[in-house]
Amino acid sequence: MSVRDARLVLRSSPHDRGAADTPGIMRDVLLALVPITIAAVFYFGVAAVLVIGGAIAGCVATEAFFAPRGRLFASLTDGSALLTGLLLGLTLPPCFPVWMAFIGGMAAVGMGKVVWGGLGHNLFNPALVGRAFLQAAFPTAITTWSPQGSRELAIYASNLAVPFMKAPVDAVTTATPLGLMKFQGLDTPLWNLVIGDTPGSLGETSALLILLGGLYLLRKRAFDWRIPVGILLTVAVFAGIVWAVGPEGTPNPLFMLSSGGLMLGAIFMATDPVTSPMAPMGTWIYAAGIGVLVVLIRLWGGLPEGVMYAVLLMNAATPLINRGFRPTPFGRGKKAKEDAP
Amino acid sequence: MGSSLASFQHGVHPLEHKAPTRELAVQRMRFVERYVMPLSQHLGAPSTPVVEEGQAVQRGQLIAAPGGFVSTSLHSPVQGRVSSIGPQRLPSGAMGPAIVVVADSFDAQRLPPVPAAPGEPSLDALVDGVRGAGIVGLGGAAFPTQVKYQVPDGRRIHTLVINGAECEPWLTCDHRTMLERPRAVVRGIAIVAAAMGVDGVIVGVEANKLDAVAALDAAVRSVGGDGPPIQVRPCKVKYPQGAEKMLIEALTGVQVPGGKLPLHVGMVVNNVGTMAAVDDWFRKGQPLIERVVTVSGPGVAQPANLMVPIGTPVRALLEASGGVDPEAALVIMGGPMMGQPLPSIDVPVVKGTSGVLVFRESDLAPLEEHACIRCGRCLEACACLLNPSVLGRLARKERWQDMVDHHLLDCMECGACSFTCPSRIPLVQQFRVAKAQLRRIAALEKQRGGA
Repeated sequence: MSVRDARLVLRSSPHDRGAADTPGIMRDVLLALVPITIAAVFYFGVAAVLVIGGAIAGCVATEAFFAPRGRLFASLTDGSALLTGLLLGLTLPPCFPVWMAFIGGMAAVGMGKVVWGGLGHNLFNPALVGRAFLQAAFPTAITTWSPQGSRELAIYASNLAVPFMKAPVDAVTTATPLGLMKFQGLDTPLWNLVIGDTPGSLGETSALLILLGGLYLLRKRAFDWRIPVGILLTVAVFAGIVWAVGPEGTPNPLFMLSSGGLMLGAIFMATDPVTSPMAPMGTWIYAAGIGVLVVLIRLWGGLPEGVMYAVLLMNAATPLINRGFRPTPFGRGKKAKEDAP
Repeated sequence: MGSSLASFQHGVHPLEHKAPTRELAVQRMRFVERYVMPLSQHLGAPSTPVVEEGQAVQRGQLIAAPGGFVSTSLHSPVQGRVSSIGPQRLPSGAMGPAIVVVADSFDAQRLPPVPAAPGEPSLDALVDGVRGAGIVGLGGAAFPTQVKYQVPDGRRIHTLVINGAECEPWLTCDHRTMLERPRAVVRGIAIVAAAMGVDGVIVGVEANKLDAVAALDAAVRSVGGDGPPIQVRPCKVKYPQGAEKMLIEALTGVQVPGGKLPLHVGMVVNNVGTMAAVDDWFRKGQPLIERVVTVSGPGVAQPANLMVPIGTPVRALLEASGGVDPEAALVIMGGPMMGQPLPSIDVPVVKGTSGVLVFRESDLAPLEEHACIRCGRCLEACACLLNPSVLGRLARKERWQDMVDHHLLDCMECGACSFTCPSRIPLVQQFRVAKAQLRRIAALEKQRGGA
C-alpha cells in the first residue's frame, strides 16, 4: 500500500468548497467596468486616462502604505484598491486635476477603508467616501464639466494643474443633463443619455454600457441583483408619480433613470457587499431608501445630483437594517409547532 | 428543476460525483486477518465487553453489551479468537478501548443459524431486538436506533420518516442498498411501522436516484401487507436534504421547533440502511456485523461499493479497491461535507462508516483565507436559517455567549456556510470551537458550584 500515514493531511470539514472566491468576485466587477472605462476614454480622450490613473494611483499607494507587514502582496492582489480607484475615477469630471484625483484616492482608501480596520470592516463605500471628500475640498473643480471631444489631444489644461495652485480656468465649460434640467429647465434627448453622448462624469454617461456591466455581474452572480432592481424600480415609481401629478417641466422617469450617476451608483456603488445589508428583506429596504433619497435630492434638494449622498446615507443605515432583519432561525418561527404531549 | 419536488429552505449544491460508483453492484469484501471493534463506535455510553482475551467467538456472537440507556451491543464480525481488549487507534485519531478479534483462517465464516422471531414483533420486542442486534443509525451519526423507539409517556409517533436522501457527494451506499435490497428495506420499514403503530410512512429519496424510487415503489407493492401505508417521494437534490429536520420539512411541511427532537412533532427518522439491518435481524437473525461502504474519490484506482465486516481496517478497503494514487493526501471517512479526515489508514471501519474517500494533493480546495466581504452567501446557504457571518465575527472575538444569543446551538454543523464562503473562512470550524468552549465553561462552572 502506497499511502504513508505521515503524508495524510488533517483539515476540518467540509472538504469540498464552492466555486466562488473573493478575488474572483473583485475580478468580475473590474471586468464589468472595462467597457465603461473604454467609453470614457472614447468620449473624453487622454483626460480620462489621466484622471482615472490618478485616482487608482492614490488608492494603491495608500493601500500599500498601510498594508500590514508581510501582507503587502496579499493586500494589493485582492484587487480591492484597484477597484476603489477605478470606481472613484469614473465618478470624476473629465477636466478634473490629476493631483486632486490622487488625493481623492488617498482619502478613499485611507478614510474609507483603512481607518475602519481594512477590507470588510468599513461602514461606507470607499470610492464614495473619496468622492465626498473631493466634493467638500474642491467644490468648484468637481462641478466643472467640459464638453466631449472639444480638444484635439483631449487633455484639459486643468488636468495638469500644479498641486495647491489656482487651477487654470477652462475656456469652454458646459453643464450636465441634470444641471441643465435643474437650473435651466432644459431637457436632453433620451438617446444621448442611453449611449452616453452627454457631458458628465467619466463613467456616468452611458446608461447602456453600465446596464451591460450589470448583466455580466448578474450572470456571474457577483452581486445582489435585488439592490439595482430595487433602486431603479423605486426611482421609476416615485419619479413617475411626481411626474404624473407634478407641474409642467418636471423631469420624466426615463430621464431620471438614465441621467447622472444613478446607473453607475445602483449597479456598482450601492451593491458593494461590505456596505449593504445581508438579509434579502433588508436589501429591499436599503434599495428603496436609496431610490427615494435620489429622487428627493434631485427634485427638491439644492444639488442637481444626489446618488452619492443617497448611497452614503443608506450605507450608514445598513447596520441598523441588519439588526432589524435578523433571520429567524429554523424551528424558531411561527411555522414550528410542537405536538401537544 | 420542478418546483413540485419536496425540499427545504436554503442549502447548497456541491458537485454530486456519484457517477464513479452509482452503477457498481455491492461486492462482498474478502475476510481479513484482524478486526478491531471499538467499544464506542456509536453515540452514547460505550459498550461493556462480555468476552475475555483468548476466548473463541462465533461470527455474530455478542462480544459487548449495551453500557447504558443510550448504547448498543457489539458482535464479532468473524469466527475467530479475541486476541486483546485494550486501547486501539480510532478513526478520530484518539486511542480508545476496543476488542480485537483474529479470524480463523480457512473458515467458511458462516453465520450460526439463529431462530428468527416468529410473526411481527411487539414494540418491546422491537426495542429489545434492535438493542440486542447492535443496530445504530447507518446514515453516519450511529445513534442507537432503539432509543428513538422508546417515546416518553404521553407522546405518540404518528409518522415514520425514512431517509434515503444520501445528499453527501460521492456516496452511493444507500443508493445501492435501495436498488439491490428494496424488499429488505421495505420489510424492515413494515416491522418498525407496525410495532410503533404509526399512521403512515414517508420515504424521501433525492431525485438523482429515481431508479431507487421505482425499486422501492415496486417493493412496497410486492411486500404488501395490511400495515401502515408506505409512500416513496423524490426530493430536490440539495445539500443537506438528508439532515433529519430538513427531510421532515421537505416531506411533511412540519418544522421541528428549535432545540426539540422529531418525536416532539410525532415523528421518527431512520436511514434506509438501518431498515435493511432491522430486517436482517428479525428475518435472518443476523446482527449488525457488516455494512455497505462506498470507496471512491479521485485517489482510488477502482472505486467500489463494498459489503464490509465492521472492524475491517481501512487499509484493506483501499487494497480491495485497487490501491491508491501515490499522491494521495487526504482520506475521509464519510462524505466530503461532514466526513472525518483520517490520521491513518490503519483504523477500523465502524458502524457509522458510509464511505472512504481518497483525494490527492491537487484535488484539495485551496484554503487561503480572505476578509469577510459580507456578501451574505452564507445566509442563503444556512439551512438552519442562521447568520453565519455574524457568528463568525463573534467567534473571532471569542464572544461565546453572544454567539448563543445568535442561536449558535441551533447550528447542526452541516458545513454549507464554509462550503459557500468565497473568502474561505472556516465558519463551521469556528462554531465547533465555540461550542467546545461553551461546554468547557459550563463544566468549569458546574465544578465551582459543586465545590
